[in-house]
Amino acid sequence: MSLMINTKKDNPGAAYTLGPLQAGPPCCVPEPLIQVDNLSLHYGAKPALAKVSLDIYKGCITALIGPSGCGKTSFLSVLNRLTDMIPDCRVLGHVYFDNKDLRHPTLDVQALRRDIGMIFQKPVPFPLSIRRNIELPLREHGMNKAADLNARVQQVLQDVGLWEEVKDRLEAPAQALSGGQQQRLCIARALALRPKVLLMDEPCSALDPIASGVVEDLIQRLRGQYTVVIVTHNLAQARRIANYAGFFWVKERAGCLIEFGQAKQIFEAPVHELTAAYVQGKRG
Amino acid sequence: MSKNALATGLICLVAVLVTSVFFWLLTDLVIHGLPRLSGPFFVEASQNAGRSGGIGPIIVSTALILLVAIVTSAPLGLATAVLLSEFTRPGSLFGRLVRRSLDVLAGVPSIVFGLFGNAFFCIYLGLGFSILSGGLTLACMVLPLLIRTAEQGLQVAPNDYRLAAAALGMSRSAALTHLLLPAAMPALVAALLLAIGRAGAETAALVFTSGYVDRMPDSLLDSGRALSVHIYDLSMNVAGGDANASAAALVLIGLLLIINTIAMSLAKQWRIATP
Repeated sequence: MSLMINTKKDNPGAAYTLGPLQAGPPCCVPEPLIQVDNLSLHYGAKPALAKVSLDIYKGCITALIGPSGCGKTSFLSVLNRLTDMIPDCRVLGHVYFDNKDLRHPTLDVQALRRDIGMIFQKPVPFPLSIRRNIELPLREHGMNKAADLNARVQQVLQDVGLWEEVKDRLEAPAQALSGGQQQRLCIARALALRPKVLLMDEPCSALDPIASGVVEDLIQRLRGQYTVVIVTHNLAQARRIANYAGFFWVKERAGCLIEFGQAKQIFEAPVHELTAAYVQGKRG
Repeated sequence: MSKNALATGLICLVAVLVTSVFFWLLTDLVIHGLPRLSGPFFVEASQNAGRSGGIGPIIVSTALILLVAIVTSAPLGLATAVLLSEFTRPGSLFGRLVRRSLDVLAGVPSIVFGLFGNAFFCIYLGLGFSILSGGLTLACMVLPLLIRTAEQGLQVAPNDYRLAAAALGMSRSAALTHLLLPAAMPALVAALLLAIGRAGAETAALVFTSGYVDRMPDSLLDSGRALSVHIYDLSMNVAGGDANASAAALVLIGLLLIINTIAMSLAKQWRIATP
């Protein structure tokens, strides 16, 4: 599979904003972009996360691994305040994004979500055309000129490697695309808002192996320019793409962060015995 | 005979019984009513208390009553459905209270709505026996049905859309207008349809509110006789009115079928046109 994006001569004005595929991790200087301090989360009386503290480093891919139901998705939802939409959800602790309190009551949540995008497990293309899927949030955020919109649509579709596949049918319904294409469209839609961080909740688990590989390559190419936090059950995938990894486990019926560190260390020399058992496939 | 064959036989029997009742009814109406149906029947005024002549003014009155009912209930109903499904926390006291009241209202017999409409619109608000009173009474009557059906339609719209839209920093109202309402459109049209059908078939609520007058109405404040009231009157109060009653009933059934078909095709087009 060719990983380089082909640069067709018929689109001279289109600049690719993502670089080519880089070699594996680690790649970056640790500079925290999101700092999570003592984060706990309850759904009603039921605890979901207990006292999680970790830093998300700028430009890196951070993988969160662990069994189902240990609060990884809940953790992601705190980072873009989607937890606000869940009734009876209580969050305690501190989260700083770019040194600003992310949980401050007066924070502009819509602006925050523009900076911290999210990709869901199941691709959620809106029941609109491919073009409108990308344009709708852009228009929401005040981009109205047709030329700007067209340029941005083309650019992000090129970034996710979808342009050549859909450039002749931008007006076709997005839901007619294949699962892998839909997921790449969703990533393109999130990238169109020029976020700083992308949260990905098992973005490949609903896809077939080939589509999954394409999306994985795309995630690799986001490294450096975007900060990626990815929840994955696919340990091999986490090992391939992550710079940092966090291992979650359920303790006393609440999700806890057992170990966090460079992916190489987590997978090859875990400190905690639970981590060791999990990454070797003995538990979980 | 195996249990399966027995069950299949019973189900078929029930299906045949149900459809045969409908066809019996329809055949009866066609036999008695069809000979009376003609071009002039649709436009002429009724004569001799409806024994002869047509149903022109009655069709106009019916249309006006339905128009008033839908124009007033649709925006109210839609707004309430949106409020309940999008802006009320599940299980909140307010939501429970509104839903319970609607369920109670939906179970109120239409004659009670008729009496209420007579007391409130005709007498208290001084609208008298009029198309306006009748339409407003029908609006009250179909509101619970409209709201609950529309609310269910909105709840069927995938929650993924709400989350995905929020994750893209879109406001709730934007998600509502661009994603949820279009996704719920077929259900909303169906809700409106059900409401029109219910209102169009209504007699008891109209007898006390829009009245019996079978002249062509000059304005919404004139009394006007709805088709269903006309059918009721001809078959119950007018000796020798049965044939015209059957003809009018055929027209009513035909109208409801047409409304149904148009609305369904609209819903279908909406779906195709939205992408």
